[in-house]
Amino acid sequence: MEYQIEFRDVSVYYGKDIALQGINLQIPRNEIFGIIGPANAGKTTFLKAINRTLEFIHSAKTTGEVLFDGKDVRQIRNVYGLRRKVGVVFPLPVGLPMSIYENVAYAPRRSGIHNKQELEEIVVRCLKQAMLWDEVKDRLHMLGTKLSGGQQQRLTIARALSHSPDVLCLDEFSIAIDPVTTMKIEDVLTELKSEMTIILVTNLVQQARRLADQTAFFNKSELVEVGTTEKIFTSPENQLTYDYVTGDFG
Amino acid sequence: MSSELNNPFASTEQEHRGKKVELLVKSCTLAMTWLLIIPVLAIIIFLVYKAWPALSIEFLLDNPEKKMTAGGIWGPLIGTFFLVLVSLIIAAPTGILAGVYLNEFARDNWVTRFINLAVVNLAGVPSIVHGLFGLGAFVYFLGMDRCLLAASCTVAVMTLPVIITSTKEALASVPMSFRVACWNMGATKWQTIRTIVLPNSISGILTGVILQVARAAGETAPILFTGAMISSRIADSGWDAMVPYGLEDRFMALSYHLYIISTQWQNVPESFKFGTAAVMIGLVIAVNSLSIGFRIYLRARKKW
Repeated sequence: MEYQIEFRDVSVYYGKDIALQGINLQIPRNEIFGIIGPANAGKTTFLKAINRTLEFIHSAKTTGEVLFDGKDVRQIRNVYGLRRKVGVVFPLPVGLPMSIYENVAYAPRRSGIHNKQELEEIVVRCLKQAMLWDEVKDRLHMLGTKLSGGQQQRLTIARALSHSPDVLCLDEFSIAIDPVTTMKIEDVLTELKSEMTIILVTNLVQQARRLADQTAFFNKSELVEVGTTEKIFTSPENQLTYDYVTGDFG
Repeated sequence: MSSELNNPFASTEQEHRGKKVELLVKSCTLAMTWLLIIPVLAIIIFLVYKAWPALSIEFLLDNPEKKMTAGGIWGPLIGTFFLVLVSLIIAAPTGILAGVYLNEFARDNWVTRFINLAVVNLAGVPSIVHGLFGLGAFVYFLGMDRCLLAASCTVAVMTLPVIITSTKEALASVPMSFRVACWNMGATKWQTIRTIVLPNSISGILTGVILQVARAAGETAPILFTGAMISSRIADSGWDAMVPYGLEDRFMALSYHLYIISTQWQNVPESFKFGTAAVMIGLVIAVNSLSIGFRIYLRARKKW
């Protein structure tokens, strides 16, 4: 079986500092894949290696192979095509300085969709999926940056969905969102699983436990352990993992 | 002890001294601010007072007559206008594009650092040096002869570094997270610049350009050897009065005109000298107000 994403002995360096060390990991299709670990463990770097946004950090150097749909991402000529297939949500909400509508229509427009009706369908669908539609349906032409932090974060999620990605990367998406909305979005993620692979980086260990099919534990640039969420949370092989998931870490 | 009991908010020794220092600093900074405003007001009032007898619409629209002892300043005024226009046509696109490259595309390596250093140093070169450079580079080496084009090129070289710097600053004020968000959605760098970065920094860029208009109009040294002339006969009315100078013609300019009538020419009425100066200051104030207006507009339209 071909994996959605496969890391083969991937190391990432920022100048002399090592950010990821010898990562071997397979992420199957249509799964929620949880990544947990303390700060500075390389979780965000892991996401950046997938869609090659590491290239924007000039000092970053990658060795090994990252396979997306079985293809080495560095062999992909059209890097923009790769990035369209990966939706990313960052910890801090970023509403672009344009209307709510344009925020969500941005990526589809860039990939050449100009039909008004088609764009509108995408905008409505994505805003509904991100649980934001009911709050903004009457003011789609208001500036996205004027929304509250939690609303902007859901706008960011809507934007990440707008180019119908194969992989959705969520980097601690719930930091700026209230618990009720977080639960609603978690429900949506479980539904979206049938359409895409979801990589969920989270500081909330219980969030990974609730959602993820498999969970990986990163620590100090290394992959400590990966396995079914059930196993990671009940009978991990590594003592560090056990300490971390039981809150006894550090 | 008892006062502490009576008044829990009584100031301590430390706070007492803090308040005194606070007052001292505040009055010092205020005094310096007023010191800045007084000379500006004094210059303007003095100029307008001295220039009053000469100031009229005719003074602006008539050409200098009788060895500049009569008439007005139309020739120099329109000459300065064309000098600024042509130099901006050269410097604005060049400077803005260079600023976009340096801020958005260039990697942080020694070449970029060298270019940035060169830009900063170019901004510090005295204008008379620019004038001599223009004479050597444009007038002699490129064989333009002394003309409007050579002078405009010289002024363009002089204004370029500041346009580049202000463009870079305006671009850098757009948060990095906007760019990252766009790149992650598969937008190219240029798409990101065109759709997010430029629309949100254009007012700042234009402010920088407009401020250079005032500088280009005011400097004498760069045009001294490269194309300005003491006096040229131009038409008094019609199309030829509106566009009196071609790119290959020598031209009159306000700053040079003022220099000539104040130091080289005899029998020019005093009000004419002050009148010319007042018009120049008026132009600078008008242009600067425009840029302040832009900045207010920018702040009102701020989108995040």
